[in-house]
Amino acid sequence: MNFAEDKSIYLQIAEKIEDAILSGAFEEESQIPSTTEFSVNYKINPATALKGISLLVDDGIVYKKRGLGMFVCPGAKEVILSKREKDFFDRFIRTLLNEAKKLSMSKADIIAMIERGYGNEQNRN
Amino acid sequence: MSKIEIKSITKTFGEIAALKEVSVTFEENHIYGLLGRNGAGKTTLLNLLTGKLFPDSGEILIDGERALENDRALSKMYCMTELNLYPEKMRVKEAFRWSAEFYPDFNTEYANSLCEKFELKTNLKIRNLSTGYHSIFKIIIALSCGTEIVIFDEPVLGLDANHRELFYKELIQNFSDAPRTFILSTHLIEEIASIIDRVVIIKNGKIIMDDEVQNVISMGFSVSGSADAVDEYIKRKRVLGFDTLGNFKSAYLLGKSDDVPSSLEVGKLELQKLFIQLTNA
Repeated sequence: MNFAEDKSIYLQIAEKIEDAILSGAFEEESQIPSTTEFSVNYKINPATALKGISLLVDDGIVYKKRGLGMFVCPGAKEVILSKREKDFFDRFIRTLLNEAKKLSMSKADIIAMIERGYGNEQNRN
Repeated sequence: MSKIEIKSITKTFGEIAALKEVSVTFEENHIYGLLGRNGAGKTTLLNLLTGKLFPDSGEILIDGERALENDRALSKMYCMTELNLYPEKMRVKEAFRWSAEFYPDFNTEYANSLCEKFELKTNLKIRNLSTGYHSIFKIIIALSCGTEIVIFDEPVLGLDANHRELFYKELIQNFSDAPRTFILSTHLIEEIASIIDRVVIIKNGKIIMDDEVQNVISMGFSVSGSADAVDEYIKRKRVLGFDTLGNFKSAYLLGKSDDVPSSLEVGKLELQKLFIQLTNA
């Protein structure tokens, strides 16, 4: 994890867990590592790790089983997908346009690049 | 659970005031970073805390009790210092036995397990330990002593990257298993920035910051870009400092970043950058 990123650490932890759920590493209804395991592994304050996990609890992505630990909610993947789609414009498109402006790239240049990207994907498949 | 209250402490050495009317509280259940440049007064503060020095005025309370010459209050605290306080001929395992005499909650089994992880041989004499292993030896005693307050003064001196990583992980594990009051005094700010949750900064014998890390870093931001554009933007702003590289300039500011023009890059205010800007002479 790169904490130099311009984002609070607790948000990065929440995102890491979401990524793990999306990739299937943490399956729905399965247990995720404890707050302590996250904080030790990433060398972050336990309160920060707890804050990141609490965020996921609020979003209905993980839930607490008393005395057992944290588990992935059924339907968590769906929740993350729709949340990420909503963020997609701000996180990627806006940044893309800002960078393109800096480099004086035209709209046609960008569209051509996106086409090329899809082309590469198809060749790989 | 223990808390330390430092109330209006002044300490002078001859003509020099090392600490001037310093007041600060260390609450339980937090990992504090105690930061300051060389000579700022950190070690004086720690020596006063642990009763190695007496203040000229002011008082220190541990759980509401005066700490001065009070064994019960002082026994709640362990301070790992840069100095070696153990007899040079003593072996590591003897030092553990000795520590257990003084600290009833000293966990020898845990200390031995840490020795295995750090590959410290317990039959070595303390004087034969390298700089790095000397630090490791002291770290292990501090982590194992079981007191409510543990102070680490420059804990990673001479440690290689692997051992520093191991130390930070063991520290967090230890804190999670038994939340207490940990104080880390170090110059390696970047390494502890995500581990501590509160930060106390000393400058010229005074506390200039005492806050949650999260609050501190969200107090401001950085902007970078061409010097002209940066200078234009930072007019009438609260500027902490700059870095310039030719015509490329970065400024560190207090406040919100919502009015930054798109020609400038906005960045996070990092604890170490903030520290450098606040403590530059």
